[in-house]
Amino acid sequence: METVNIEVNGRSYSNEVEPRLLLVHYLRDTLGLTGTHVGCDTSSCGACTVLLDGISVKSCTVFAAQAGGHAVTTIEGIGNSGALHPMQEAFWAKHGLQCGFCTPGMIVSCIDLLRRNPDPSDAEIRAGIEGNLCRCTGYENIVRAVRAAAAAMKADEPRRSVAELLPVGAS
Amino acid sequence: MSQPVLGAPLDRVEGPGKVTGRIAYTADNDIPGMVHAVVVESTIANGRIAAIDESAARSAPGVIAIMTPRNAPRVDARKVDANDSLLFLLQGDAVEFDRQPVAVAIAETFEQATYAARLVRVRYDVRPPTTALASGERFLPDQIFGKPAQHKRGMPEDAFARAAVTLKQTYRTPTEHHNPMETHATIAQWTGDRLTIYDATQWVFGVQHRLAATFGIDPKAIRVVAPFVGGAFGCKGQTWSHVPLAAMAARLAGRPVKLVVTRPQMFGWVGHRPQTEQVVGLGAARDGTLAAVTHDVLSETSMSDEFVEPSVVFSRDLYAVPNYAMSDTLSRLNISKPTYQRGPGESTGSFAMESAMDELSYALGIDPLELRLRNYSANDPDSGKPYSSKRLRECYAAAAAQFGWSARNPKVRSTSRGRMLVGSGMATASRATHRSPCTVRMRMNADGNVLVQCGTIEQGTGTPTVYPQLAAEILEIPPERVRFEFGNTDLPAAPIAAGSQTSGSVGSAVVVAARRMRELLVSHDGKPPADGFEVELEDSPPPEEAEHATQAFGAHFAEVEVDPDLGTVRVTRFVGAFDGGRILNAKTARSQMLGGIVWGISMALFEDTRYDARSGRIMNANLSEYLVPTNADIPDVEVILIAGDDPFANPAGAKGIGEVGICGSAAAVANAVYHATGIRIRDLPITPDKLIR
Ligand code: FES
Ligand code: FES
Repeated sequence: METVNIEVNGRSYSNEVEPRLLLVHYLRDTLGLTGTHVGCDTSSCGACTVLLDGISVKSCTVFAAQAGGHAVTTIEGIGNSGALHPMQEAFWAKHGLQCGFCTPGMIVSCIDLLRRNPDPSDAEIRAGIEGNLCRCTGYENIVRAVRAAAAAMKADEPRRSVAELLPVGAS
Repeated sequence: MSQPVLGAPLDRVEGPGKVTGRIAYTADNDIPGMVHAVVVESTIANGRIAAIDESAARSAPGVIAIMTPRNAPRVDARKVDANDSLLFLLQGDAVEFDRQPVAVAIAETFEQATYAARLVRVRYDVRPPTTALASGERFLPDQIFGKPAQHKRGMPEDAFARAAVTLKQTYRTPTEHHNPMETHATIAQWTGDRLTIYDATQWVFGVQHRLAATFGIDPKAIRVVAPFVGGAFGCKGQTWSHVPLAAMAARLAGRPVKLVVTRPQMFGWVGHRPQTEQVVGLGAARDGTLAAVTHDVLSETSMSDEFVEPSVVFSRDLYAVPNYAMSDTLSRLNISKPTYQRGPGESTGSFAMESAMDELSYALGIDPLELRLRNYSANDPDSGKPYSSKRLRECYAAAAAQFGWSARNPKVRSTSRGRMLVGSGMATASRATHRSPCTVRMRMNADGNVLVQCGTIEQGTGTPTVYPQLAAEILEIPPERVRFEFGNTDLPAAPIAAGSQTSGSVGSAVVVAARRMRELLVSHDGKPPADGFEVELEDSPPPEEAEHATQAFGAHFAEVEVDPDLGTVRVTRFVGAFDGGRILNAKTARSQMLGGIVWGISMALFEDTRYDARSGRIMNANLSEYLVPTNADIPDVEVILIAGDDPFANPAGAKGIGEVGICGSAAAVANAVYHATGIRIRDLPITPDKLIR
């Protein structure tokens, strides 16, 4: 066991972790941040993508211990309680999702893509997020969503509130 | 209302939950006291367990129990009906496929359980496995979904012998694994003799009934919860071995257990699309009119079960062919049981039939689209029944115009772009729509807000958005005032969310209930009483629905670029037009078609589960070697919806839209590759080695 001090979504945490604990399981099992998903064990799918000091990483490929002293942003820390991030808004409005399982990692990757290239062409979008697999959408609407988010971020468009967005379904 | 509600591209109501990561999939649930289970799977494909040494595993940190055939609770692993299958629940020592469950490690944390699973030592008596389709024991199944395994109409042998032009070719499709992005997962919790299950499933009631049979308890003692499923495509239709194993582990541990199937285990016991070898014979007149079609399919099944990939359905039910013969033969292999995968039957059958039609078009010098039009059938050619609706002609026309098909040079290897060979190809899409009984409960409160309840699930198709839309249209209220509750066995019974039947089944029940509610409303002068109204009904297809054949149709047009030196293929353009009957929501419907087309491109170019011939083990059981398309592999895909009413299909007027997109799309790509290169690939996927000669 060793102690890690990690900042996650702006909050500081200090936990005893096993050296083998992956960052993704630390986020999900220790902190209960289950918006970050696991889709593979070969670093192929990107469902686990988070930002580490603002840069996208596959959190299944980082040990929790390695993230000590760094700041992690998960999907729960994207946008804020008042408003969706333009990328979240665009994935919703442009239907860049179906089952939604790839979506948190995909959105985080796309945010990092726009950080590196605020105005990407379609081909640059497709190449830029090829490390995130989606089995449902056929990708077309994801490309549209990224384009829409890029435009909205440039125009600094107003965003919809998440307050009214209640959970749907039953449990 | 000024704007029609039905068909409108409304945003998904659960979208915010999905884009913020707040929606819980099965593995996201946490239950107090929960521990973790990891399955140990076999490393042989045929033989027996000689001995298991779990001592090291048992003494590893955090381990609660190691479940093996020695200490596993005794349960009933047998199938409960013909569509079900034998489960592998540690009740004996036989091993019949690679990655069959042989033990389960249960520990406090996921990491501890994973480590302990690695420490379980299993010794086997190994027997040589059979995984090649050609070498399995062959037999004709008793039935294929209630129909005979051999069937003919007219005089196919005579007509074939007399035809001016004939063609007979063999087409092969490989084993493919569904690989939804969410792997299977189950959480099991016993409270006395009552069992609560969270499961990634397409059918909560199916899980409930299978577990009741497995444990010999009343289905009512089992509650199954599955609101949000992270993709399925058929593999979550059946209750597979890990579901009872999780409940058995929970019994053994005396604690709730979470069991997440790993990605490599997704190639184990949770189903796959079986490989097929299909011989298609076409006999035609010089003008392209088909006189005879034969379609003989050999597909794989497991040692202890029967699953038939009904590829013949496509050739049987599409073109105006007076003389037709089909057969389905199975080959028993050391594999896990195959199952339905998106477009079962038509996806594989359309690759064979639409490739053969393309070959015929070149043999006759007739444009491939024109050849299809010359064999257009006004009625279902096999049953003779009229279609409930058919707008395939419109699909051909719209997609061909959008694609620019008329400008195509018909000669093969005639077009290039730089050093790339360019080709275009087309194919027809067709997929039967089914329907099953479904129950819904609908409540209108005094304030006019409506709650619809039905135990179906959401797997990406738009369940909580489209059914309120359907009800709102009939009740003439805004869709935001209708809430849809779904995803557990406390709710009214829904059929399995599979087989292109959910819109037809759940949708129709919602329509019938909403109409009844509307009548109630009218009889109360448009105002619900203080305690509201409630309607609960089971809707089943009435006999007159069987008077029509209901099929979704479409037309695919693909353009490819082939590197003549490297043999690599890129799809550069794709246009599909579809007749899905009445469209409930243009946004979610279009997305289903896009996804389906990309599955077809994937089938054409990438997906291929490989067995090692000597060991019978799967060699590419992960997402780095089992290829599915990335964003960069996919071009702009255009989808055209030929919308229209279907008064005879079902009360919702909807045909299945989740699967028609994959039917024919792989053939369109293969046909484009032929047009580009002059090389006909009859075995999928089309990999570079097959194009470099
Ligand atoms: S879980 Fe697949 S890349 Fe991390
Ligand atoms: S929306 Fe299902 S995997 Fe992307």
